[in-house]
Amino acid sequence: MDAATAGRTFGRRLPSAARAFGMRRPPLVLLGLGLMVGLAAALPALYLVVAVLDDARGALDAVLTDRTVGLITRSLGLAAAVTAAAIAIAVPLAWLTVRSDLPGRRIWATLLTLPLVIPSYIGAYLFVSALGPRGALADLLGVEQLPSIYGFSGAFLVLTLFTYPLVLIPLRGALQRMDPSLEEAARVMGRSPRDVFRSVVLPQLAPAIGAGGVLVALYVLSDFGAVSIMRFNSFTHDIYIAYESGFGRTEAAALGMVLVLVMLVLFAAYARVRAARALHRVTPGAQRPAQPVALARWRWPALAFCAGVAAIALVLPVGVLLYWATKQISSGLELGALAANSWHSLLAAAAAALAASLGAIAVALLSVRYPSLVTRIVERVGYAGYALPGIVVALALVFFTTRVALPLYQTLAVLVFALAIHYLPLAVSPIGASLLQVPPRLEEAARGLGRSPIAVLRTITTPLVASGVLGGAALVFLHALKELPATLLLAPIGFDTLATDVWQQTSFGFYEASAIPALLLLLIAAPPLYLLSAKASVAS
Amino acid sequence: MQATSGNGNGNGADPAPRVGLRLRGLRKSFGPVRAVDGADLELHAGGTCALLGPSGCGKTTTLRLIAGLERPDAGEIVVGGRVVSSADRFVPAEQRRIGMVFQDYALFPHLDVAGNVGYGLGRKPDPGRIREALELVGLAGSQKRPVHELSGGQQQRVALARALAPSPDLVLLDEPFSNLDASLRDRLRQEVSQILRTAGVTALFVTHDQEEAMSIAETVAVMRDGRVEQAGTPEEVYLRPASRWMAAFLGDIEVLPGDAQDGRASCELGTLPAGDVSGACEVLVRPESVAIGVSGPASAARAEVVTRRFFGHDQLVGLRLRSGRVISSRRLGYPAWHPGDHVQAWIEGPVEVLPRENASSSDEQHVAVGHDDDVA
Repeated sequence: MDAATAGRTFGRRLPSAARAFGMRRPPLVLLGLGLMVGLAAALPALYLVVAVLDDARGALDAVLTDRTVGLITRSLGLAAAVTAAAIAIAVPLAWLTVRSDLPGRRIWATLLTLPLVIPSYIGAYLFVSALGPRGALADLLGVEQLPSIYGFSGAFLVLTLFTYPLVLIPLRGALQRMDPSLEEAARVMGRSPRDVFRSVVLPQLAPAIGAGGVLVALYVLSDFGAVSIMRFNSFTHDIYIAYESGFGRTEAAALGMVLVLVMLVLFAAYARVRAARALHRVTPGAQRPAQPVALARWRWPALAFCAGVAAIALVLPVGVLLYWATKQISSGLELGALAANSWHSLLAAAAAALAASLGAIAVALLSVRYPSLVTRIVERVGYAGYALPGIVVALALVFFTTRVALPLYQTLAVLVFALAIHYLPLAVSPIGASLLQVPPRLEEAARGLGRSPIAVLRTITTPLVASGVLGGAALVFLHALKELPATLLLAPIGFDTLATDVWQQTSFGFYEASAIPALLLLLIAAPPLYLLSAKASVAS
Repeated sequence: MQATSGNGNGNGADPAPRVGLRLRGLRKSFGPVRAVDGADLELHAGGTCALLGPSGCGKTTTLRLIAGLERPDAGEIVVGGRVVSSADRFVPAEQRRIGMVFQDYALFPHLDVAGNVGYGLGRKPDPGRIREALELVGLAGSQKRPVHELSGGQQQRVALARALAPSPDLVLLDEPFSNLDASLRDRLRQEVSQILRTAGVTALFVTHDQEEAMSIAETVAVMRDGRVEQAGTPEEVYLRPASRWMAAFLGDIEVLPGDAQDGRASCELGTLPAGDVSGACEVLVRPESVAIGVSGPASAARAEVVTRRFFGHDQLVGLRLRSGRVISSRRLGYPAWHPGDHVQAWIEGPVEVLPRENASSSDEQHVAVGHDDDVA
């Protein structure tokens, strides 16, 4: 939901791009702030280039190997397989929950989007702990070893189950927005329902499927937790190994660079799909709600399908989590460490949310109120951090701090900085959208009614923008809370968060010990998540 | 299709014109709401009929029942001599051979003009047929254009061409002109009505606009509360309304109490033919049938001008009769009348005399609804 709205620009096309500034000059303070945010957002990408160029020879040697080819093949292969499987699951689910008379459609729709909130490394941990060696299933069956789920199959399974909602959400939206009279027109013209689905419905849905599919592919390519826990040698996994090994830092940077290039290609594809969708928007107007299609004898198979997906992607992981959690509780908790880790998670995420919202307000104000070439560049650069996988952002900042600003190395400030710039676009999108709802005319009208600029800010602008700012901050908070690789690389020594705790315990095979921090992470995420979904349902 | 043409040949000897569309006792409820509540209608082949009514009267549901997009609870639908819906039969929408023009046109955004028009012609549409259909609507040569580049009026014509291309037995149009601006609407009404006549196809269109219905249809069927209240030529329904509600729905109306005896009704504005009505009656008179002058015929009544609204081409003069009742007279813009003028008023033109209705409150309400719609 969040990622789908990221990457939108607010600035309108300029009458003459030759002029660097638009009709109105932005206040210098605002412009300075905006430029600083832009620069900060560009820092990881720039420093990645610097680090690679620093040892261009070594970087080339590291990249021009068979291993890189293997990495690209494996990562793209995993991304392609997960994307295909996610689409295969999401299309029938979307159709069933929007257009059929499936009993409990709304409840299914909610349940089936919920797996998205489970971080991939927690999902992976739960699957490993359920199906892996010495896992719950082996425990219950009393056997030592089950067929291995490590490697491609495990990564594929986990990533598919926790990313298909990225396709389901835009697809449901597209189905709901789709004008039902299109299908009716096709049927009246003598086409069978199946033919109508193929020739009319599917082409309308193609952009949504494409956009969701690219999001899944990008997610898979930048995912670190699931592939690492599943021991699948993808880009992010190898970058981390190279970095950890200590001498392979150039190698890590070079691999990161290749990964970024691969992702940029996908990002460009995503932008094209989005543009195509904007072109084909149907004329707005009073829409007759589509009549649900009677499933008749397909009703039970359809219910079984929904229930099956919900069982594997939601009930099973949560059940396993609770299973380990009760075991852990009965054997005693280390409350001190848990409290400290929870506090660290909250602190880092809240600070990142605050910093990102402040930066986003500056960027959004500039691009909405003072559209010009400069402000547009600032806005675009603001998305740079998001286009890089978290591990690459962290890596670049490690390089930067060790070489340029050593006193900052492994401080909380750098961690917060990394999280804030990485998730900046998540805040810019809703804040910009809410600013667009406050056209200057509104403020001018208030001024005309005799209110001072300060009073206008307080009584008009702030109330109207507040929900956007809050929504943006909540999104950043949620993402920063569960961020794993940046926290692993950048957190100060001894500054463990819930996310790193889950990761470390899992990598040692301490499944019971991972359960409580994982559960706490989901609990802390619940209130902001609820806030966001309430907002979303009001908006629709 | 063969069965239909066979039927047509079989009926060839029949002197009565072939049935284009027949509805009998059509009913459809959505939960507790009776959208269509026993609608009857008959339309001869090749005829153009406007289904007119205030919003919520069930006209769009009727259209969707005919198209096969909704399943009726009861009643029979016959299209082109073929029963498409009855108690024991429901032909699905895709087998009804009906063309439909949707309110928002429902053009397929992923197909070009030719793709849209040819969609109903099967997987491999005949380009010649597409060209013919586009020529019919005056869009020859637009085959390759993407539909989102077309103007509103052009989109409407593509929708019409698409509906006509498969040579359907019946074309349904759902508020076809409501999405167009006023000047374009007026022009397209005439064009579409001409195109439908050229194509010789039976056409039924839904509208809530009285003027639109009367100006382009051969038959006007007025719906109210899920039934067809009255159907007839535009002149019949306007000049000989079957009820006070009908009269008020189709335009401004003045209701004068009267008394009928021996085929003559007398009211404040004179004595008029009353038909079969006798006893207490109501004389329904349109403002344009109320004539005024400095002097008038012997039966004229004295009146005083109390208000005047000037519209350029005509004027609406408010008259207070001797009884104190105020009525309107629509006159040409010249000569001008002024409040305070003492005039003679009489009836000049068609009037309808109906037995006096118990002016129940619900009836008054419906009159008001009709007027609201007129304004909208």
